[in-house]
Amino acid sequence: MIRQGTTHTIQVTVNGQVYNRVVEARQLLVHFLRDTLDLTGTHIGCDTGSCGACSVIFNGQLVKSCMLLAPQADGAEIETVEGLARSGELDPLQQSFSAHHGLQCGYCTPGMLMTATYLLRQNPTPTEEEIRQGIKGNICRCTGYVNIVRSISAVAEAHRATAVGTTEGRDQQ
Amino acid sequence: MSVTSSSQAATRERVRSWTGQSITRKEDGRLVQGQGSFIDDMGMHGQGYAWFVRSPHAHARIVSIDPASALAMEGVYAVLTGAEAREMCQVPFFQIAPGDGGRIEEWPLAVDTVRYQGDAVAVVLADSRDTARDAAELVEVEYDPLPVVVDGVKAAEPDAPVLHEKAGTNVAWHGTYDFGDIDWALKNADHVVKIDRLHFHRFSSTPLECNGAVVDWDRGTGVVEVKSNLQMPMFAAMVMGPTLGVPINKFSFSSRDIGGAFGNKISFYPQIAALALLSKKAGRPAKWTEYRTEHMLTSTHGNERTFLDIEVPVMADGTILGVKARAYDDVGAYLHYEPLGAVIWSQVVPGCYKFKNVQVDFTTTVTNKCPVSPNRGYSRMQHLWMLERIVDIVAHELGFDPVELRKANYVQPEDYPYQTPNGCVYDSGNLPLSLDMALELADVEVWRRRKLELGTGTGKRIGIGIGSTLDSGTNNFGQARIVNPDLPFSGNGEAAFAKLDLYGEVNINLGTTPQGQSHETTAAQVAADILNMSPDQVTVTTGFDQAHNSFVGFSGTYASQFAVTGLGAVMGAVEKLRDEILEVASFALQAPIDELELGDGACAVRGEPARAIPFIGIANLVYTNNAVLPIELASRVTLNCRHVYVPPFQVPDTEHKTGNLTLTYSSQIHVCVVEVDEETGVVEILAYSAVDDCGKRINPQVVEGQVHGAAGLGIAAALYESFEYDEDGQLQEPSFYEYHAGTARDIPGIRSGSIESPSPFTPNGAKGMGEGGGAPLHAVCSAIQDVLGKNDAIVADSHNPWERVHLLLHSGERGDPRGVRVVSRGTEGAWV
Repeated sequence: MIRQGTTHTIQVTVNGQVYNRVVEARQLLVHFLRDTLDLTGTHIGCDTGSCGACSVIFNGQLVKSCMLLAPQADGAEIETVEGLARSGELDPLQQSFSAHHGLQCGYCTPGMLMTATYLLRQNPTPTEEEIRQGIKGNICRCTGYVNIVRSISAVAEAHRATAVGTTEGRDQQ
Repeated sequence: MSVTSSSQAATRERVRSWTGQSITRKEDGRLVQGQGSFIDDMGMHGQGYAWFVRSPHAHARIVSIDPASALAMEGVYAVLTGAEAREMCQVPFFQIAPGDGGRIEEWPLAVDTVRYQGDAVAVVLADSRDTARDAAELVEVEYDPLPVVVDGVKAAEPDAPVLHEKAGTNVAWHGTYDFGDIDWALKNADHVVKIDRLHFHRFSSTPLECNGAVVDWDRGTGVVEVKSNLQMPMFAAMVMGPTLGVPINKFSFSSRDIGGAFGNKISFYPQIAALALLSKKAGRPAKWTEYRTEHMLTSTHGNERTFLDIEVPVMADGTILGVKARAYDDVGAYLHYEPLGAVIWSQVVPGCYKFKNVQVDFTTTVTNKCPVSPNRGYSRMQHLWMLERIVDIVAHELGFDPVELRKANYVQPEDYPYQTPNGCVYDSGNLPLSLDMALELADVEVWRRRKLELGTGTGKRIGIGIGSTLDSGTNNFGQARIVNPDLPFSGNGEAAFAKLDLYGEVNINLGTTPQGQSHETTAAQVAADILNMSPDQVTVTTGFDQAHNSFVGFSGTYASQFAVTGLGAVMGAVEKLRDEILEVASFALQAPIDELELGDGACAVRGEPARAIPFIGIANLVYTNNAVLPIELASRVTLNCRHVYVPPFQVPDTEHKTGNLTLTYSSQIHVCVVEVDEETGVVEILAYSAVDDCGKRINPQVVEGQVHGAAGLGIAAALYESFEYDEDGQLQEPSFYEYHAGTARDIPGIRSGSIESPSPFTPNGAKGMGEGGGAPLHAVCSAIQDVLGKNDAIVADSHNPWERVHLLLHSGERGDPRGVRVVSRGTEGAWV
């Protein structure tokens, strides 16, 4: 319920779709995504920016959406887990998480996938150590991280193979 | 025997048997796309949002509650106080405890007195979450603080402040378990190792999704609908029903995806009962999503257990004869599921070992702390940790090799089925082989050499630790009678429905509440084998739903049992369905049943593929074309097949506290190699391995995932996670800032292996698994013990952050009490 006198009108692009909404000044971005836009894939696991379940990509940066207010997102472009699959086809990270049992209850998974997406954009071929460093802001209580690291490593490995292939191709020319 | 360091998912090609394959999960498609339905994703029309008003004091009289300012706020629907809630209730919540403990009263909200920080005194319903929170701030509560007790041992002393006046004591349960002849063993042993105190700390698995519920008390029908993430809904129903005056058939419990539970989501029935009353008062559904600090303060913690005056009789050759100890379980302010912790440990009285003489004097106390309830490894892990500590301490004090000492005392492969001193039956296993595999996986030979090379003066020490543990599964609920002989509980069971639907779809409904354990997938694998089709052709309806009617009183997901109880029910139901399909096909195809075969969603005459009827044809005959069938067949066959799996149990002997308390015993042997920094006490894990034996594995990748998960939680608990209260009863770790949940940097890569010793007692050779028996706590403590010198204190706490390790490393130099002594035959001060 929105009370008068405390509102902002914002325009936010989420997964390519433009939304214009009136929001309370104090609404958290994660509540805007979940409650106002009904994009419930982004989850809440803490209130302190500690767990990463609410991780989204915000103007190209990885953020915890419980640490921003909705009005701060005015004009922003946001990517959430709902935007990863295209035309019904899971993206490589989503496929890899399933293939390597990188999720159990699935609650941390959307945030973990967004963090991994960001990580691989920054560094398409991270080492295990870099993967562990990259996801340390995302808490998972089910997997001991073993298969999450495996899932991300497998995609990094595919990138590495592609990169090697490209380099070899160039060398031959 | 097979060593699996990683499992590859099998493709959905035709295979001989789906059981035993690491197929990818049916759950994953929705979960990786953020399409799961978790509790905060759900709602009901016209709902309000609930916010609890909670006590800042650990113990206080409630002088007054004034909700006027809150009620004056725009958007507030109702405020319910503890006194009002009590007026609306019939009786306090059902108590498991007998005697004094049974007189402990708990109502949906605190009445007159608050007994722990966060105890709820009122609950607000408003038109938004934020309004409800604001209004809760405006509820004025006046408290008169009372003395506080936060130590489970001190709580039992006569001068301790008493939490529950009607009980008259903080001792909620007391009993002595006495098996074999410990006095004989202590008299005849060559050595007795005496340990002053071992303390198993308070922590919990803190599922990433907090508790939550949407509750509607329908005024027209009287039905109380509860959408929640409870993991044992019928337990909540049984506890709440008499309190609310609601018969079980007027409850409608359901759940969908659950974001982790680990036992922690068994016991939040007080909150749900309060929401039901709030809904009744406000005339609209009440939605509540717990927030993290609320969870840490008030949801549940694991059992904190202190062992005192431990005596371990040992022969000169290292044979351990038994153990004697006093145990105090600190269960917090109210009894939720407790005092069952006082008996559940006795599923594993001798742990992995053959000793026969055990005496444990067990006391359950209440304190001004968050109530406990089951937490992954519930009650057994505390006891198993104590046993692993004493085995290591015996090795350390008497100069035995910890590996050889364990192997010599383990139950041996040829001993199974092995009856323990209290009548439990270990079904199968191979502990020495598991230990050898775990040592090899952790490259222990390499680390032993490294340890010797490292020498002194480098500021670093390497320690190698072992954790041998059991994951007992499929409870005999008759063990509850050992704490209270008047309880009408025994046995166990689980239900499933298998149905062929109108267009020939195969559907299975479970009574379970999976939280990541992959029930949709493994149930489909088992069903696919019986019906000779692909798991992709089998729909498993996820989550619990009372409307499905596929439940028994024990239904839920807890206590390492799905592979036995849940899949036992699925197998029975699908076999019944298969037999009905064959009967109808036999009529339709005019062929005897033994000439028919199932394949790919159809039934055909063997060798004559043209003489076949698809499942849609079978369904048509039964549902919409039944005049074609003989009336005898049409009126008997329903294609709706319910089966309840019941394990073979008897009622335990409550006088002697003996009986077969669990059906299966999975084992896990972990090996941990640590490097400890002498200057800082920081522990770094250099290598970690875990070997699991849970009998026949339905889906090895799923099993391996459970092993990883239990290992991760245990490692984090051993080094980082602890709930601690100050002397005023204020929790020091009320959020993930202070409570350091293990991250990907904290938990090392885990090398896992497995052996399969099929259970002779289960329908499929599988054993329940998943809880893991707290093996990492044992292994990490063992590794830290290994770096300590002869004059240092023993590792006496299950939680070892760097500060405590630093103290231990330098305890010898300071001449601190070591906490252990050995009395040997013929030495001065001998016990004889």
